[in-house]
Amino acid sequence: MKKSSIHASSKQSNVSSQKSTHKWGREEETEIFAQKVKLFRQGKLSEDDFRRFRLQHGAYGSRLHMNYSMVRIKIPSGEIMPEQLDKIASLSEAFSIGSAHVSTRQNIQLHWVQLEDVSEVMRGLVEVGLTTREACGNTVRNVMCSHLAGICPDEVFDATPYAKAIAQFFIRNPMCQNLPRKFKINFACCHKHGLVRIADIGLVPSIKDGMKGFKVYLGGGLGAASFIGHLLEDFTPENKLLSTSMATIRLFDRHGNRENMARNRMRYLVHEMGWDKFQRMVLKERSIVEMTTAESTARLFDIKPAKEEDDRQLPKKAHRMIKVPILSERVNMESPAYERWLHTNVIAQKQDGYFTIFVTLEAGDITANQLRLLAGIIRDFSAEGTARNTPHQNFAIRYVKANDLPEFYSKLASIGLANSGALTIASAVGCSGTTSCNLAITNSHRLAKEVQRKLLELGIDTDDSLRDSTIKISGCPNSCGQHEIATIGFFGGASRIGSAMAPTYTMLFGGSAGEHGELGRTIMRVPAKRVIDTIRKIIEIYKQEKRGSETLSQWINMITKGEGIGSIKDIENIKAILTPVTQLPSIDQDPELYTDYGTDTKFSAKTARGECAA
Amino acid sequence: MEMENNIIARSNRYNDNNNFQLSVICDADTLRTLIRKKIVRVVDVRKVQEYEREHIPTAVSLPLAQLLAKNTPSEIVECLESLGISDKMPVVVYDDTFGALAARVAWTFQYVGHDNTALLEMTFSQWKNSGLEIEKKINVFQKAQHSLNVNQGIHADASYVEIAKERPNKILIDSRERLNFLTEHIPGAKNIPYTMIGLANGSILRDSKEIKRLINNRGISTDSEVITYCGSAGTLSGLTYFALKLAGIKNVKLYSRSFKEWKALGKPKEEFKDANYWDLSAE
Repeated sequence: MKKSSIHASSKQSNVSSQKSTHKWGREEETEIFAQKVKLFRQGKLSEDDFRRFRLQHGAYGSRLHMNYSMVRIKIPSGEIMPEQLDKIASLSEAFSIGSAHVSTRQNIQLHWVQLEDVSEVMRGLVEVGLTTREACGNTVRNVMCSHLAGICPDEVFDATPYAKAIAQFFIRNPMCQNLPRKFKINFACCHKHGLVRIADIGLVPSIKDGMKGFKVYLGGGLGAASFIGHLLEDFTPENKLLSTSMATIRLFDRHGNRENMARNRMRYLVHEMGWDKFQRMVLKERSIVEMTTAESTARLFDIKPAKEEDDRQLPKKAHRMIKVPILSERVNMESPAYERWLHTNVIAQKQDGYFTIFVTLEAGDITANQLRLLAGIIRDFSAEGTARNTPHQNFAIRYVKANDLPEFYSKLASIGLANSGALTIASAVGCSGTTSCNLAITNSHRLAKEVQRKLLELGIDTDDSLRDSTIKISGCPNSCGQHEIATIGFFGGASRIGSAMAPTYTMLFGGSAGEHGELGRTIMRVPAKRVIDTIRKIIEIYKQEKRGSETLSQWINMITKGEGIGSIKDIENIKAILTPVTQLPSIDQDPELYTDYGTDTKFSAKTARGECAA
Repeated sequence: MEMENNIIARSNRYNDNNNFQLSVICDADTLRTLIRKKIVRVVDVRKVQEYEREHIPTAVSLPLAQLLAKNTPSEIVECLESLGISDKMPVVVYDDTFGALAARVAWTFQYVGHDNTALLEMTFSQWKNSGLEIEKKINVFQKAQHSLNVNQGIHADASYVEIAKERPNKILIDSRERLNFLTEHIPGAKNIPYTMIGLANGSILRDSKEIKRLINNRGISTDSEVITYCGSAGTLSGLTYFALKLAGIKNVKLYSRSFKEWKALGKPKEEFKDANYWDLSAE
């Protein structure tokens, strides 16, 4: 039994504006969903038809138990209001497991919701303007935007209003209700941040001759086979953003593979057709779109409301009350917890005197009570009065003044959210894995938590040479954990020795995000229970090998390219030195390696039909 | 005073002995009126020390643990008598634990035959925070006469549950939180966590319209027979008992010894296998 707690009262002193957000949800859809569930239960709706409908409305089947759903709440551009967090808290208590989960695509997921209760969750979401519509299924999924958009020192303009306008244009749009497969659109803030090379459409804000526009990348994506997106043209002016997006979706709709579920993402179409041909077709299709799109349709794409919402007199700078020297200074294990947290969880914004705070979660999980307290903290301390969730499964609270940082920290500490390391290698990403996903082979979710706990315990987050490295873990090859863009990535599988099966991960090196993002290279297999030891061993070798100020990610990149200059030159060298840690002995020699995290029972690789595709 | 009389008059709910007849839930206004008219017994089921610090005016103290220590219905009737509760007197019960403890006590009163028992719509903290009257005075009332009239219709024991779980027209409801339910439960049980019907804003239960909709979504008709249980003492499931009554389900039973007894008896259990759902919790 537990008591619900009431969040701290808001002091409002710092809040300069309250946004009015677009209403994404529609009440009638919740009633239709409840009706369809009844029809399905009465056998009046076929399983296939119902699955398609259910996914279109953001309810994904739970691992081997289809009477339960994972409800995926879209958070367009990752921007979320305090009252929305409060509502998600209550819904998670009432209908889910009392915790919510931040996904790698800026959704918030509620797991193990009984199918009959999904409509109630949707109803609650509508009350605060949120929706699950087209969060799953063969549709345009949540439109992502860098959580640093608007505050990034390297950006040329804020992409957020464009991300919201694109999301608004395509949601419920007849042209993308039944695509060959899901479709992902990601906006960046600058060339460094954002996931633009691993999306169907990735966009980096750009300015040419004083004109706003984007660098548009097409046909990227992670999965069993991953591809990096291609640059469409040097510069796409903002007035061609809609037509370019429409043209791409239309081509995919017309030419995409509707037969083979394993190869029907747009990246396969681009790959099979060849980029040159696809590029020519997009440019041609764009002219057709421009000539044939009715003005009334084009008018539906409107960045003005989102822009006005964003022009809500956000402060350009804050009067700097106290110095925050610690941000640029070194810390170590012995540093006071507050200083360590400042160093690893706080960055300065381009707006002088304002800071963005990253709240460290474990693999994206947060309790209902923590959500409520976080909502109160946002109301109290963020001058923009909102938060953004990040693809690293954390929350970013922006526009916080320097002199509020100590109080901010102590409030987080009071609810167990003041862990350090959010901006470092310690903040491991993990998909939901065998905690709820049909496709998962291993418990990647728990592993990510274990990795993070161990690295924080060892103070790895205080080591600046490791800071720009990332660890990302998926429970199968399908890449929801984005393992291919990690410095050190892992995806789950199973290895057999004799008649015994062991949970293992394939380790990849050298992936990266951003406009110059690259995919990681496969190194070797590692038993699940040896992943932490392997990471520690890699760090140990790096420490011996590093030259000067070379960071871990730089060192790993050199090795991956076969350009190492120390005793470890290439992948073969590193494999040889890691083998004693990563080898899998027989079950009699080490039975522990034949169990996965989170269970004592013998490991077996159970999966069921994936639900990514409707 | 006039307004208070109106509330009583409008409700027009007096039973045969000219006692006010309560419904499932008693709202604060009605209770305040009944207190002023001195025609209600208010029962505080929190710890004695909490009662001694402050309580709702005229309330008597009956901590849940004290009630659960009583083994037979006649002992419980003696307890009613010692609190000065006669057969038809309206009794309103409250706690400070989101209604679950009060629900278990109120159900027990109904079980031994005191039908005119209701839950206060809010917890003591909510009452106090709304600025309503409180007092420190320890209330003692003259011993009353109460008859024993056990209502087996609202009670289920393990052997009843064992038979019921095989019957399609009897619905078994587990009131524990989702992760506990997934881990193990009585075979065939459906999960309606207490958090789904309770923990509302400012009151212990959601309003009846909402609970009706939730029950309707689950395909449970008001004509069904429903048996509720929870982890150990029948508190969470006691709250569900009253929620389902509020939703208009007439035949609700409480398996008061719940899953703790079921397990101790070595009865069959069901679990959700092959998923590590506990690892999703941030607790």
